Amino acid sequence: MLKFRSIFSKSKSNNLFLLRSLTKSSTSPADAFSYSQNAFSFSKHSSLPAPASVSRVPLSRSFATDSEARDSIEYDVVVVGAGPAGLSAAIRLKQLCHQKGADLSVCVVEKGAEVGAHIISGNVFEPRALDELLPQWKQEEAPINTPVSSDKFWFLTKNRAISLPSPFHNKGNYVISLSQLVRWLGAKAEELGVEIYPGFAASEILYDANNKVIGIGTNDMGIAKDGSKKENFQPGVEVKGRITLLAEGCRGSLSEKIMGKYNLKEKGGAQHQTYALGIKEVWEIDEKKHQPGAVVHTLGWPLDHKTYGGSFLYHMKDNQISIGFVVALNYQNPFMNPYEEFQKFKHHPAIRPYLEGGTVIQYGARTLNEGGFQSIPYPVFPGGAIIGCSAGFLNVPKIKGTHTAMKSGMLAAEVTFGVLNEGLDMDMYWNALRNSWIWDELYKARNYRPAFEYGLIPGLALSGLEHYLLRGKHPFTLKHGKADHEATNAAQLHSPIHYPKADGVLSFDVPTSLHRSNTNHEHDQPPHLRLRDPKIPETVNLPVYAAPESRYCPARVYEYVADEHNQLKLQINAQNCLHCKACDIKDPKQNIEWTVPEGGGGPGYSVM
Amino acid sequence: MKIMVAIKRVIDYAVKIRVKPDKTGVVTQNVKMSMNPFCEIALEEALRIRESGLASEVVAVTMGPSQCLDTLRTGLAMGADRGIHVESTSALHPLHVAKILRNLVENEKPSLIILGKQAIDDDCNQTGQMVAGLLNWPQGTFASKVVLDKEKEEVTVDREVDDGIETVQLNLPAVITTDLRLNQPRYATLPNIMKAKSKPIKKFTPQELNVEIKPDLEIVEVTEPPKRKAGVMVSSVDELIHKLKNEAKVI
Repeated sequence: MLKFRSIFSKSKSNNLFLLRSLTKSSTSPADAFSYSQNAFSFSKHSSLPAPASVSRVPLSRSFATDSEARDSIEYDVVVVGAGPAGLSAAIRLKQLCHQKGADLSVCVVEKGAEVGAHIISGNVFEPRALDELLPQWKQEEAPINTPVSSDKFWFLTKNRAISLPSPFHNKGNYVISLSQLVRWLGAKAEELGVEIYPGFAASEILYDANNKVIGIGTNDMGIAKDGSKKENFQPGVEVKGRITLLAEGCRGSLSEKIMGKYNLKEKGGAQHQTYALGIKEVWEIDEKKHQPGAVVHTLGWPLDHKTYGGSFLYHMKDNQISIGFVVALNYQNPFMNPYEEFQKFKHHPAIRPYLEGGTVIQYGARTLNEGGFQSIPYPVFPGGAIIGCSAGFLNVPKIKGTHTAMKSGMLAAEVTFGVLNEGLDMDMYWNALRNSWIWDELYKARNYRPAFEYGLIPGLALSGLEHYLLRGKHPFTLKHGKADHEATNAAQLHSPIHYPKADGVLSFDVPTSLHRSNTNHEHDQPPHLRLRDPKIPETVNLPVYAAPESRYCPARVYEYVADEHNQLKLQINAQNCLHCKACDIKDPKQNIEWTVPEGGGGPGYSVM
Repeated sequence: MKIMVAIKRVIDYAVKIRVKPDKTGVVTQNVKMSMNPFCEIALEEALRIRESGLASEVVAVTMGPSQCLDTLRTGLAMGADRGIHVESTSALHPLHVAKILRNLVENEKPSLIILGKQAIDDDCNQTGQMVAGLLNWPQGTFASKVVLDKEKEEVTVDREVDDGIETVQLNLPAVITTDLRLNQPRYATLPNIMKAKSKPIKKFTPQELNVEIKPDLEIVEVTEPPKRKAGVMVSSVDELIHKLKNEAKVI
């Protein structure tokens, strides 16, 4: 029995001896207002009326009566986010404890209702980090069983697919569902004694008197849209840790705050981060067309030469395929609609045969890092570190970030162990990263993406040069262009793009797709998408940029609706949100702030 | 006074349901499961009665495979004192559940059994009524308000019926099934989830409770509802009547 060191400031017992159960716990808080699928004709996937203009709502913390002390629980290490990085860090910590006879309590908080519910990725998995972390993964039945069997790369025009030599070396890699793999990692972590609490959203950072991070606070639950407390109000909980590791994924909300507060980008000599939006569906297709392990990537149509992006099509097992489209968010045309580009793409004569006769199982979207080496911030702050995609270790030409995220978590765990047991300095994490294969790999890959600033053809040309000749061995490092939100041109410089109507067989409208993401939020809560200035949507976004948020959001959260005076006003359907963070990244005036809603809400990915 | 609450693990209400290709049922693999929403309401009501001092203990009961323990732990995290897990891998229909509950009642002797009015997977709306019938207890179903009078050993239940609200007064012991508007269930907080890990759970099998799980229902086929066809605009009442008579053939 492991002794659980905790201090409940309001509970009666002080020392709880907890029997570590070996069964997976997927506890989720009871949803406040549950609707029977049949008893209520409440359609959660259609646009819901919300307050016409959302004024700036202060942090939920101020709604809890400040006099009411929150429960406080203490751990040695607190990890925010049960993704590949967070779970790898937690597992590595427990492994070191067992190896060296130490005992550290590790807690992982996760905003999704289950571990894996918010995990979405291509995914062609490179097992390099997993081999280091859990070498027995095959015997322990990790859901990794479809080796890559073919690797194709096509340049698409409207009607043709031109085969190009594949720039990827996917031999030894596997086509997987990352959501499934993360669920397996979660079970492994719990076996080792990690405490994982899904359904709890870390919404604020806790500091001590010296501005050192001492943990996180979870959301207050049961606050109504107008800010008042509902009858099931529960104040959030303070989860304190001697070390806090932020593993929130790309554009993590707390990570962004920390990077701003401690100037971590400047400290690391980093450029701004650049991003892409990936939209994905999992289909179950005709088994005659299914080739397990087949990997296809495309460039070109339907995107133009100025827009970086492309598609992927991976065959998993059980006649399921992952198909998706990725568009770099530094696109210039405000009329660009990444979701519609994806729907259009599926009609290409080389792609549609795979899909005909199949059905869509799940849909989802998430932004991903494209900044690579040039954008890695200094990842250490007083009291903790940032790991995984929150810092940004995705290898863009390989389009893989899982292995580097996991490795970054493992390195952070090793340094954390040293900090807590041997008095080492957390800054050693920066050194550990720079001495690892993460650095090596990202350094070699650093110029592929920035080359596309000059256009599609120069980008491809340099990619070829890099791949066959230079391999990163040159003295220069190309810089990124404008930040994504600054790259959007005014609408008057472009004309609207006409997208074909969804046919309901290969392509679909947003509400239909959204329903397949299993996304939902408690509707009676303050909108988690906050406008720093409530006037900007109608004074800037709409007239100057023709409301790009109504196009890049893959969940139709942002809609301009005529009010009683026939004036278009922004309506925020926060309940639809997929937690992709595109709005936080792409809003031209950076007016939209994505904050974390009540835990347990958001998408319900299981095979993504 | 003891209250027993029956809770069921079902597919989460927000999940998009898919029918299995062989039409024998619905896909449950890799699908999120949660406590049935009406069972959450039932448990919440039991907890409120206990917190008002009228009951001393709330026992949560669940039946099904080992994964049901997750749901039971959530119930304990909400505040139930003890849990009972009746383990069975075969499909349990309402009559089986009702018989098992009746036999559990002989040991536990609660004064009140509270259940959700129906489960969102089968929508049977039968278990509560069957339990009351087997025990020969009064029942207040579709409860939108529950008021307990401990001294008189009575419970007054407002029932949501088609005509409006019907108020019934039941002598204890009684069976109540909950409807949507009864209450808003509480969240399980982090400290409570941690405390729930050490609350006792008793395990039974249906055989130990003298109930034979013999399927008396056979699911013949499960299909998706037919796709809605597009509507048609008509230009006059005559055209409407013509279409109703000759195309839809409903008049």
